[in-house]
Amino acid sequence: MSEKGVSIEATGLTRIYTRGIEEVVSVNNVSFQINKRDFVSIIGPSGSGKTTLINLLGCLDNPTAGELRLEGRPIFGSGKPLSERALTKIRRETFGYIFQNFYLIPTLSVRENVMLPLTFYRKAGTENEADKLLVLLGIDHRKDHLPGQISGGEMQRVAIARAMVNKPEILLADEPTGNLDTKRSEEIVQVLLKLNRDVGLTVIMVTHNQELARYAGRMLEMKDGHISEIKV
Amino acid sequence: MITKFQVAYKNLLRKKVRTLLTIIGIALSAWVLVSLLGFNRGYESSLNKDIDNMGFQLMIMAKGCPYEAATLMLKGGTGLRYMDESIMKEITKEPEVEKITPIFMSAVFDPNKGESGGIAGYFGIEPKSFAEMKPFLKFKKGGWFTDVNGHEAVMGYEAAELEQREVGDMILMPEKNVQFKVAGILERTGTQDDGTIFVPLKTVQTIFNRPNELTTIGIKLTKGVDSGRLEEKLYKLPDVQIVSLAQVKETIMKLISTAKVMVLSIAMIAILIAMVGVINTILTSVWERFQEIGILKTIGAMPWDIFKLIWIETLMLCTAGGVLGVIIALILSRVTDMVMRRVLPYAPGGGLVLIDLKLIIITLIGILCIGLLSGIYPAWRAGRIRPLEAIRGEAGR
Ligand SMILES: Nc1ncnc2c1ncn2[C@@H]1O[C@H](COP(=O)(O)OP(=O)(O)OP(=O)(O)O)[C@@H](O)[C@H]1O
Ligand SMILES: [Mg+2]
Repeated sequence: MSEKGVSIEATGLTRIYTRGIEEVVSVNNVSFQINKRDFVSIIGPSGSGKTTLINLLGCLDNPTAGELRLEGRPIFGSGKPLSERALTKIRRETFGYIFQNFYLIPTLSVRENVMLPLTFYRKAGTENEADKLLVLLGIDHRKDHLPGQISGGEMQRVAIARAMVNKPEILLADEPTGNLDTKRSEEIVQVLLKLNRDVGLTVIMVTHNQELARYAGRMLEMKDGHISEIKV
Repeated sequence: MITKFQVAYKNLLRKKVRTLLTIIGIALSAWVLVSLLGFNRGYESSLNKDIDNMGFQLMIMAKGCPYEAATLMLKGGTGLRYMDESIMKEITKEPEVEKITPIFMSAVFDPNKGESGGIAGYFGIEPKSFAEMKPFLKFKKGGWFTDVNGHEAVMGYEAAELEQREVGDMILMPEKNVQFKVAGILERTGTQDDGTIFVPLKTVQTIFNRPNELTTIGIKLTKGVDSGRLEEKLYKLPDVQIVSLAQVKETIMKLISTAKVMVLSIAMIAILIAMVGVINTILTSVWERFQEIGILKTIGAMPWDIFKLIWIETLMLCTAGGVLGVIIALILSRVTDMVMRRVLPYAPGGGLVLIDLKLIIITLIGILCIGLLSGIYPAWRAGRIRPLEAIRGEAGR
């Protein structure tokens, strides 16, 4: 993941939900590119389609229409939706995910939570990754605590470490600071920036917070399912 | 590395009470199952032992209901009928007969036995022919009496324990108020002999005022002869009936089979209930962890991984329950034995519930199979949870 290049390429990406007879076009004919090592923030009002978009990018959902390429490899676009199995395979090769609610497993310690992905899948060269990440993210001293015993900011760091343990190319963060106060939110974004800088991780972050969004090198805005670039 | 087993195990500890209750449910059904299967085996082998240890294959009894007679022979009881001793000569003539022994069974009411009194069995025998027929009878102390007219007795192991008698002590035959001196005490045989008091034949005949009369004649067949032919010949004798112990066994097993079917259906129901309990527990815990499970998929778990995770949980519950059930069954096998004895029409002397390693392994495998079966649906449902639904928080039930 060293040299520059196109990481994600969306062309005419569309997602339509049907609610009874009503159709909601959540993501409407969206096209853009994200390069490797980019830090992109996506802002926009509630209901504008941010979550829908980031889920499409992260292969958590099948688009209704349009194409998606990861490093030039076509993922969607053949017209056939991919199976859960096929999606999982793509996901665990490429992506790490973090969410507003950290979704840690309450019965496992911090360290066990971070190690958990390795139970299911393990890339080569991830042997000491968990312990490295615990140190890098400043939660090493909490590694034997349960999620219920640490603060929200710390929980999100654990979630980040868990997302990073299999060395993903791209980290997708849907409102990662939504449950944190200003100071902690700032810290989390700094952590993501650091990973982007030091490891060369591509980060796509959805946020409501304009201030935080400005830390990113690139800002995209969603409105009614359409996307536009904001000049920084 | 954290294994799926650790994840599953830690999850089961999350709701300790629920896990415990489910395990108890499985344990109870495992207990019922082991005990019943153990009973199936134990009963038959004890019955065989009881019948083999009679030492003879045919019995001649005075006419009456054959089932009643058979039960009396095994159990001791009242309402006996009598036949004349002279019949023995006729029987000995038959070539198929190797040995015979005369028996005069008597049962007296002993007000001091148990809480409200009970029946004490006094068997009048001829020590020489009786002992020849039952060479396996061993003495703990003393030996057979020699005088068929004397006032000496040999006590079965349990009879001696109950009455607290030693060799040389005196015992009093209730109702009749006749004293006997204990000449010997038998070792435990695990059969009805344990509870019997043997006294000289002539003496009891005199006490009961039935000189030269018998209740029973035991016949040991010459090896390899056809018992059917002898039975046919003996049927011609007046006023007696022939009881073949092979038939007795068959009859008793038939009586028991009804009871077995009933109890086995109860066991099946218990297992079904436990199964539903397991499915319910696992399914509930899957719904509770809907988001967690969905998230596992975003960190790389395949549907099959999730399936295994949930399956392992089911397996752990069932293993714990199965092992606990077997332990309960082993601890309570005496209690089961006692309960069975109350319920059954006839129970042989030995242990009724026979739990061995093979049975334990069979039961555990059975419980595991049931667990695997119960786990399939919840595990399959969990495997199908999509990460998207989990994040959106819509439980797609
Ligand atoms: N599963 C679904 N079924 C039907 N409609 C949906 C579904 N998911 C999202 N929508 C609709 O799609 C539109 C976009 O939703 P989305 O969650 O992407 O918005 P968002 O920009 O993330 O909003 P927020 O800032 O509140 O998180 C909304 O109108 C929403 O109601
Ligand atoms: Mg959203």
